[in-house]
Amino acid sequence: MIIGLDVGGTHTDVVLIGEAGLLRQAKVATDHSNLFECVLAGLEQVTKDVPSQSIRRAVLSTTLTTNAIAEGKLAPTGMIVSSGPGIDPDCFRTGEHYYAVSGSIDHRGREVQPISESEVRKVAGKLQADGIRQVGVVSKFSTRNPKHEMRIAEILGKSFDYVVLGHRLSGNLNFPRRIATAYLNGAVHPVHKQFFEAVRHSLAQKGLDIPIFVLKADGGTICFEASMDTPGQTILSGPAASVMGSLLFASETVDTLVLDIGGTTTDMAVLVRRIPLLEPLGGEIGGYKTLIRSLRTESIGLGGDSTVRLANGEIQIGPDRQGPAMAYGGSSPTPTDALFVLGRARDGNAEAARRGLQPIADRLDVSVEQLSHRVFDLACTKIVDAARKMIDAINSKPVYTVRELLAGYQVEPREILVLGGPAPFFAQRLAQITGLQANVVPQWHVANAIGAALAKTTSEISLFADTDRGIAVAPEEDYQQQIKRDFNKQNAIELACHLLRKKCIKAGADEADLEIEVIEEIQFNMVRDFYTAGRNIRVKVQVKPGLIREYPRIAKLIFNYCPLPGAI
Amino acid sequence: MLKTKGKTGLVFFPAFDWAISPTHPEREERLLYTQDQVFEEGILDIDGIIEFKPELATHEDIRRVHFCVPDVQNVITESHLISAGGAKTIGIQVLEKNIERGFALVRPPGHHAMRVVHGARGFCNINIEAVMIEYLRKAYGIGRVAIVDTDCHHGDGTQDIYWHDPDTLYISVHQDGRTLYPGSGFPFEMGGPTAAGTTINLPLPPRTSEEGFLYVLDNAILPIISEFKPDLVVNSAGQDNHYSDPITNMNFSAHGYAELTSRLRPHIAVLEGGYSIEGALPYVNTGIIMALAGLDYGNVHEPDYQPEKIRQGKDITRHIEKVVAEVLRVWKEGPEVREKNLRGGKFAHRDRNIFYDTDQILESQSETIRVCPRCSGYLAIDSETDGGRRILAVHIPRNACDECRDEGYKLYDSTDISRYNRIFLQDRLSDQYLTRS
Ligand SMILES: [Zn+2]
Ligand SMILES: [Zn+2]
Repeated sequence: MIIGLDVGGTHTDVVLIGEAGLLRQAKVATDHSNLFECVLAGLEQVTKDVPSQSIRRAVLSTTLTTNAIAEGKLAPTGMIVSSGPGIDPDCFRTGEHYYAVSGSIDHRGREVQPISESEVRKVAGKLQADGIRQVGVVSKFSTRNPKHEMRIAEILGKSFDYVVLGHRLSGNLNFPRRIATAYLNGAVHPVHKQFFEAVRHSLAQKGLDIPIFVLKADGGTICFEASMDTPGQTILSGPAASVMGSLLFASETVDTLVLDIGGTTTDMAVLVRRIPLLEPLGGEIGGYKTLIRSLRTESIGLGGDSTVRLANGEIQIGPDRQGPAMAYGGSSPTPTDALFVLGRARDGNAEAARRGLQPIADRLDVSVEQLSHRVFDLACTKIVDAARKMIDAINSKPVYTVRELLAGYQVEPREILVLGGPAPFFAQRLAQITGLQANVVPQWHVANAIGAALAKTTSEISLFADTDRGIAVAPEEDYQQQIKRDFNKQNAIELACHLLRKKCIKAGADEADLEIEVIEEIQFNMVRDFYTAGRNIRVKVQVKPGLIREYPRIAKLIFNYCPLPGAI
Repeated sequence: MLKTKGKTGLVFFPAFDWAISPTHPEREERLLYTQDQVFEEGILDIDGIIEFKPELATHEDIRRVHFCVPDVQNVITESHLISAGGAKTIGIQVLEKNIERGFALVRPPGHHAMRVVHGARGFCNINIEAVMIEYLRKAYGIGRVAIVDTDCHHGDGTQDIYWHDPDTLYISVHQDGRTLYPGSGFPFEMGGPTAAGTTINLPLPPRTSEEGFLYVLDNAILPIISEFKPDLVVNSAGQDNHYSDPITNMNFSAHGYAELTSRLRPHIAVLEGGYSIEGALPYVNTGIIMALAGLDYGNVHEPDYQPEKIRQGKDITRHIEKVVAEVLRVWKEGPEVREKNLRGGKFAHRDRNIFYDTDQILESQSETIRVCPRCSGYLAIDSETDGGRRILAVHIPRNACDECRDEGYKLYDSTDISRYNRIFLQDRLSDQYLTRS
């Protein structure tokens, strides 16, 4: 059996999934000031009387690190940054404890200027004196040659709790993002560590000694132990959970638009023939552009509980949420209240909903039913417009080869999958507006938790080889090797796959789920003075986001378990 | 947080799967390290920098500028359509006011491609700046355009296309033609009879450095542009003036290119040549983008940059001052020369040979323009290659008077086709491009 847990903005959902499908589900109100208690309460509810040894693992998708960033509750983190010529590194300052030091490496990974050890020692001393416990070390082009970052780490020695090196975080080139990513990893490290150690400890005390996995922003899982090296990967796992939850029911032959309509926001994503799209470089959170491998999702401030008001005579929905809908005892009218007025939602106080919307209807001189239609339509239209914008952005992403440009696959969703609280009410109208088939994800209210439970372990590795310099580097794995002149792309791919396999096993992957694919393989002849001086090879391999191999059977069981969406 | 002064567009198209030949300077690898540098600097993440996907230029876009022999399909590859399309994309975004300035960082280049195209010369098949400009003129009705060509080679193709166009100011600053391909680009080359003075050539001696380039910019290029009053300034941003370029002999630097860009403030920059793919291009391109975006480029320089080592000698400075003085005289003379030409014959001729070094073709051209007092005159080019292919090309300019248009059509319709493989008509008045064969 597998446990899936998803901490949402309002509720924390937990599911227990086994051979027979969805065995148990639980819902706990999310208490952001005490996530630990609500996570534990949820886990306890679904594991009651279940023998510990029959649980394979628990996969947790929490808002822990995301909230820490959103609320600015980040641990003070020192940054040592070596840039060399280029944009002034002070433009990328992450806070007070940020030091630019000398040292420079060029685009091929050649050292241009060594670092100054005494300068680094001085910075280390200052950081220690300031009580800093986490340090990020980043040099420009460290993915081509991590020498400077590694030397700085050596100098820092064991005087800090956590030292994160930029080249270990991603093989992608982007110095400012590498700085932000290293910083965030350092800044969420203590809270991540404390939280999961506490969860594991408490479970162990209750006799539940089960492996804990954490959901990552790319929709894959990683075991808790491995996540300690780079806890930043777990940032933004919320939207990833809903994408993974919808994957079960997405078409394998056409593109799908996934809409997770929550209380405060609607998260959207696109699946290309059931494959989730990834951000080209990494996700963005709280104004930080990062190299954290993330699913391509977009979030708008519009959900079932968004506040409805008049602004300059126009109906405005969101982006704020004042509380639950008035039908559920809230104080300001919402799209959910409109659904009550229209008689679609039934399990609350329709009168209160009507009362909330009446003043707005009066000011517009329409009936409250007419207003409710307008509110609901506007909500649907805004969601559809935002989705179209996202799809346009995906389709206009530049490519760099003639072949790709001419091939130019254009994403064009043919179906919509809706999940989240108000999903059933929205699906039909969204279908009318778009002319597409819109389905509600079965078990829509716990789909995120199911997605977390069934997600498989993912990973990516970049390998860079330069036969002229005689080196191969897989920065994320701290792998460097001398290579011979005849090293070629095929060798590079084999080496990268081997390293990826090792990395995935370490992250807790099941051998059987390791479907490795090559996502980039380019080889350039380096020509100097009309002779080929060597080959410049760039390879990227991944285990793409997807579901564990048992999923088709489980999906079928979950599908049968509840009435079809059309029946609602 | 970095933020640009105005919205700055970028089309980046390194064509990683296209080369003239495996070891040719114009090969797959050319923009690889530039890409690495631009990506690593995080330039595409800067607030206010917008990357656009290049569109494909159409065959009509090309026929608006060129006479392609035997036809467009035969002288280009898809990558040419993309690189011209990339320039066009930036142009459109500027004129739609979605961006203030933009840079088409594309290959292959185009400034050696002339009006008649039998093949590739100087690594160029079609003139990507001209394709862009003429599209913008058609689509947005813009009038006066200034092109400043800062590639190390004389942009003889662009000069040829705009030789007879008084509304396009073409300024080329380049290494002296007596020391470098294509061997042209002297101050006395000042434009055709009806457009005299709107072609400006500034040949600079080998080993000219930042000081010389900026002197020419401040004392010739900028004053001439401000008198010309263009609606649009285009920079053919070749980067082979760099001190590390393997096929030229100049001493310009990334900092110098950035400074030049920042003073010139072109609306559109288009990459041309530049073959120091590791030592120059990554830094020059970064500098140009930063300068266009109005960002501080003070710390952008090559790893081995030592300004004192490449400083130009006093003799070079004196030589450049003379060139500038001469060019200013040519610029001033322009209007008089045009007046004088109008008093001369009704038609003007020039005969010349054009060598296509890349494709090894020798072309002989005989060009006739009607020296018209009301427009820049219709143009007829009789062109024959050493391979025995002969064509007649008739160009009716954008501002053609009725008479020039009628005479142009008459020539196109009545010429005996048996002497030619093809007869072309480029009617810019009605945007019509016809071929007889
Ligand atoms: Zn050149
Ligand atoms: Zn005329």
